[in-house]
Amino acid sequence: MPKEMVVRVMDLRKNYFLGKIRLEVLKGIELEILRGEYISIMGPSGSGKTTLFNMIGGLDKPTEGKVYIDEVDVAQLDAYELAWLRCRKIGYIFQTFNLIPVMTALENVTLPMIFAGVGHDESVEKGIEILKTVGLGDRIQHKPFELSGGQQQRVAVARAFANAPAIILADEPTGNLDLKTGKEIINLLKEMNKEQGVSVITATHDLKMLDVSDRVVWIRDGIIERIEERADLKLKVGEVEGEEAG
Amino acid sequence: MAEEEKIKRQVVLSHKDAFKISLRSIRIRFGRSVIVTASICLGVAFLTSVLTSNSISNNLLQRGPEEIRVILQTIEEGSRSRQIWLVTLSLLVCVVGITNSMLMSVTERCKEIGTMKCLGALNRFVIELFILESALQGVIGSFVGAFIGMTGIVILFLLRYGGVVIHFLPLLSLLKYSFFAVLLGIVISILGAVYPAYLSSRMEPAEAIRREV
Ligand SMILES: Nc1ncnc2c1ncn2[C@@H]1O[C@H](COP(=O)(O)OP(=O)(O)OP(=O)(O)O)[C@@H](O)[C@H]1O
Ligand SMILES: [Mg+2]
Repeated sequence: MPKEMVVRVMDLRKNYFLGKIRLEVLKGIELEILRGEYISIMGPSGSGKTTLFNMIGGLDKPTEGKVYIDEVDVAQLDAYELAWLRCRKIGYIFQTFNLIPVMTALENVTLPMIFAGVGHDESVEKGIEILKTVGLGDRIQHKPFELSGGQQQRVAVARAFANAPAIILADEPTGNLDLKTGKEIINLLKEMNKEQGVSVITATHDLKMLDVSDRVVWIRDGIIERIEERADLKLKVGEVEGEEAG
Repeated sequence: MAEEEKIKRQVVLSHKDAFKISLRSIRIRFGRSVIVTASICLGVAFLTSVLTSNSISNNLLQRGPEEIRVILQTIEEGSRSRQIWLVTLSLLVCVVGITNSMLMSVTERCKEIGTMKCLGALNRFVIELFILESALQGVIGSFVGAFIGMTGIVILFLLRYGGVVIHFLPLLSLLKYSFFAVLLGIVISILGAVYPAYLSSRMEPAEAIRREV
C-alpha cells in the first residue's frame, strides 16, 4: 500500500501581536504526516504545540505558510468547506474535554453527526454504538457534570470519532487526568488508530504517550528540533526520562 | 458533485436542532431568561395599554354616551404625545436590556461556541441559535405583555365608566393593536440579539476556546 499524505505543513509561521510587540510563536514548521500514523508532538510549555494544532485543524489562520489536508490548501477553503472539513475530516480532543455542558453524553456525540447532516435515528444509533466502544454504554443519558474526568474524555473521544474522520487532533488529551485514566485514553486512541486507520496527532508532556507513537516530533520555541522514528525512540526513552527528572 | 450535496445538506438540516438547543439554553439560564422575558413583557404591556386606551377613548368619544364623552374631552390632548414618548423610551430600554443579557450569554458560552464550530457548526448556525433564543423570549414576553396590557386597560375603563363601556369596545382595532404590539416585541428582541450573535459568530474557534470565563 503506498503511503498517502494526510497532512502537509509548509513553512508555517504564526505571529501574535501584543500591542506593538510581535510575538513569533511558530517560526517555520515543516511537517508531513501519513495516513494511519500516530504522531506525538512533544515540547515544553509555550513552545507552540497548541498553536500548531490550531493551524493544522483549521481553527486559526497562519500568518505565513501553508497547511494541506488531503492535498487541499486549508487557506483556500470558504466558510462552508471549512466547516465541512472540521466536521468530517478532523476530530478534535481537548485537554479540558470541552463537552457541551447542557447536553447528555449521547447528545454530545450526536452533535457532529447532526452538523454533518446525518438523520436523527441514524445518529442516535451510531452514537450509542460509539459510546459502547469507549466503554460508556451505561452512561449515555448522563450530563458531563455527572461524569468523572476520564469518562468525560471518553465522551470527547467518542465525539471526535463520530463522523469517522481521517485525522484526530488531540491536544494534551491526558493533561487533566490521572496516570491510569490517561493511559486508558491513550490506549483507546491507539486502538481506534489501528482499527480504523485514522491518523492520530497528539500533543503531550507525557512520556508514556511516546510508547504508542510511530513518530515523535520535538518542538522547541516554535521550530521542530528533531523528529524521531519509533525504532530510535526505544533506545532513548531512558535518557529522556533522565532529562525530565533533571 | 457529491461533496457539494453533502455541504448543502449540512446547511439546511439544523433548524429543528437549533430550536431544541436554544430552548435548552433558555431553560439552563432560566432566571435570566425570566428577567429578560419580563422586561419585554412589561414594555409590550405598556405599549398595548397606551394603544388600547387611546383606541377605546376615541371610540367612546365618537359613539359613546354623553356623560362619558364630557369626561373624556376634559383630558388634554397633550398627554398622548407624552405617552408615546414614554412608550418609545421603555421599548428602547428593552432593547438595551436584551442586548446586555445576550452579550452575557455570548461571553459565558464562548468556549461552547468555539467547540461547536470545531464540530462543524457554521457561523450561520451560531447566529441562528442566539436569534432564536432571544426571539423565543420575545414571543412569550410579547404575548403575555399584550394580554396584560389590553385586559388591564379594559378593566380600568369598566371600573371608571361602568359596564356600558363593554358595548363600545372597538374589538377589531384592539386586535390589530395587540397584534402590532406583539410583532414589535418580537422584532425588538431579535434586534437586541443581532449584535451579540454577530460577535459570537465572528470569533475564530481557536480564540473562542482559549478564552476562559
Ligand atoms: N491568542 C494568543 N495571543 C497571544 N499570544 C498567544 C496566543 N496564543 C498563544 N500565544 C503565545 O504563544 C506561545 C505558544 O503557546 P501555545 O499555547 O501554542 O503553547 P503550548 O506549546 O501549547 O504550551 P502548553 O504545553 O503549555 O499547552 C505562548 O508563549 C503563548 O503566550
Ligand atoms: Mg497547549
